[in-house]
Amino acid sequence: MKKFSNAYIFIYSAVIVAVAAVLLSVVAMSLKENQNNNIRNEKMQVLLQAIGIDCSREEAAQLYQQYFDQELTVGTNGETLSIYNIKDSKLEQGETRAFDIKLKEQQNLEKSGQQGAFPVYVFNKEGKKGYVIPTQGNGLWGPVYSNIALDEDLCTVIGVTFSHDSETPGLGAEITTEKFQAPFIGKQILDENGQVVSIAVKKNADAAAMHEVDAITGGTMTSNGVDEMLRVDLMRYQKFIDINRAALSKEEVAGSVENAIEEEVSHE
Amino acid sequence: MSKFSEVFTTPLAKNNPITVQVLGICSCLAVTAQLKPAVVMAISVIVVVALSNLIISLLRNTIPPRIRIIVQLVVVSTLVILVNQVLQAFVYDVSKQLSVYVGLIITNCIVMGRLEAFAMSRKPLESVMDGIGNGMGYGIILVILGFFRELFGSGTLWGFPVMEKLGLYNIGYENNGLVIMAPMALILVGVIIWIQRTKDKDLQENN
Repeated sequence: MKKFSNAYIFIYSAVIVAVAAVLLSVVAMSLKENQNNNIRNEKMQVLLQAIGIDCSREEAAQLYQQYFDQELTVGTNGETLSIYNIKDSKLEQGETRAFDIKLKEQQNLEKSGQQGAFPVYVFNKEGKKGYVIPTQGNGLWGPVYSNIALDEDLCTVIGVTFSHDSETPGLGAEITTEKFQAPFIGKQILDENGQVVSIAVKKNADAAAMHEVDAITGGTMTSNGVDEMLRVDLMRYQKFIDINRAALSKEEVAGSVENAIEEEVSHE
Repeated sequence: MSKFSEVFTTPLAKNNPITVQVLGICSCLAVTAQLKPAVVMAISVIVVVALSNLIISLLRNTIPPRIRIIVQLVVVSTLVILVNQVLQAFVYDVSKQLSVYVGLIITNCIVMGRLEAFAMSRKPLESVMDGIGNGMGYGIILVILGFFRELFGSGTLWGFPVMEKLGLYNIGYENNGLVIMAPMALILVGVIIWIQRTKDKDLQENN
């Protein structure tokens, strides 16, 4: 067998590794934009799906601009940290765009006792305003994600999407199916006092109950993960929900007063 | 030329990486719950084994034996990352479905095994044929497993609801959850090995 000197071995391995590194960096850099676009478009596609609009990934960017008005980031105390106007593609307040927020990072920030900033998407579908709240939690094997689309009253669910990275096909992975997701529509995340109670994912759920849906047979761990995710992530928006519901009911009161005055005037 | 075709065909049956050499079992259990990931995984492995065999075969006289495993690993990982990056950029949906499994190709014994056993001592063209042959031998088993596991586990094929269209659910048929679990894949591999050995007397041990 041929003899190789130590120097040769060192240089050889250095060259091989350097070539591999350069090659990979060049490829990664040149494909970066493509990959990021795919990820962004998919995120928009999923948000659209949550409000009941199915489209291909290519159409997503355009439709997103059509149906969504604002991206907000919300602090733990319900304060709005930033507003991004989607129609004009302009940040109106704050520094970060909600769309670019990584949910996991914010959750970790909060866990370590600091303030997090959490995204809310404001949409307007056929003249009806509503909100989409993204959530992220842990399934059995890896992260699970969802987008909850809420009515203007921030209580009634009008659409959901669930996705996951690595749940078991046929069992936990069933959370992505219509069969699991459809029962969420029409459920309420608030109790009569306006407190967030989330929607429980449990066995033998009562279809008529406002705060529970059926779990997946054989996918108990994933179902529990989804249950926990919804509870923890929706609770976080309690203050935001309070503020917006208060504003909404004020508007309604103002509206009804106006109506009353008008009525009186017309009576006279 | 007959030698070439032999290099290519033996791994398909007589020396199949999964059923005869019993390599790559881990990934074969992991990716075969559905047909589509199984097929994409098979194609990815064919590409990686063929290319890494080619590269190592070209470099074989320059590689110092003492660090040959490291060199092989660098080549294989580079190729796997390349495949992963390309999948992410151009066939995003498929890459999402495969997620971690693409990375698992690096640890697939078949790849390293072929590099050590074949490419280190053969000419490039032969090595490529050997790589494609082994990749396909692996792929065939994956596709067979994926077919049966998806059909009986989820009642679909390539996402198409076969069982529902046949109306079997209405007469009381139910999907078998066990088929989706990894142990059933191992049992199925066992069944394939059994059938293959019954057919091919050469594979039976004499004792």
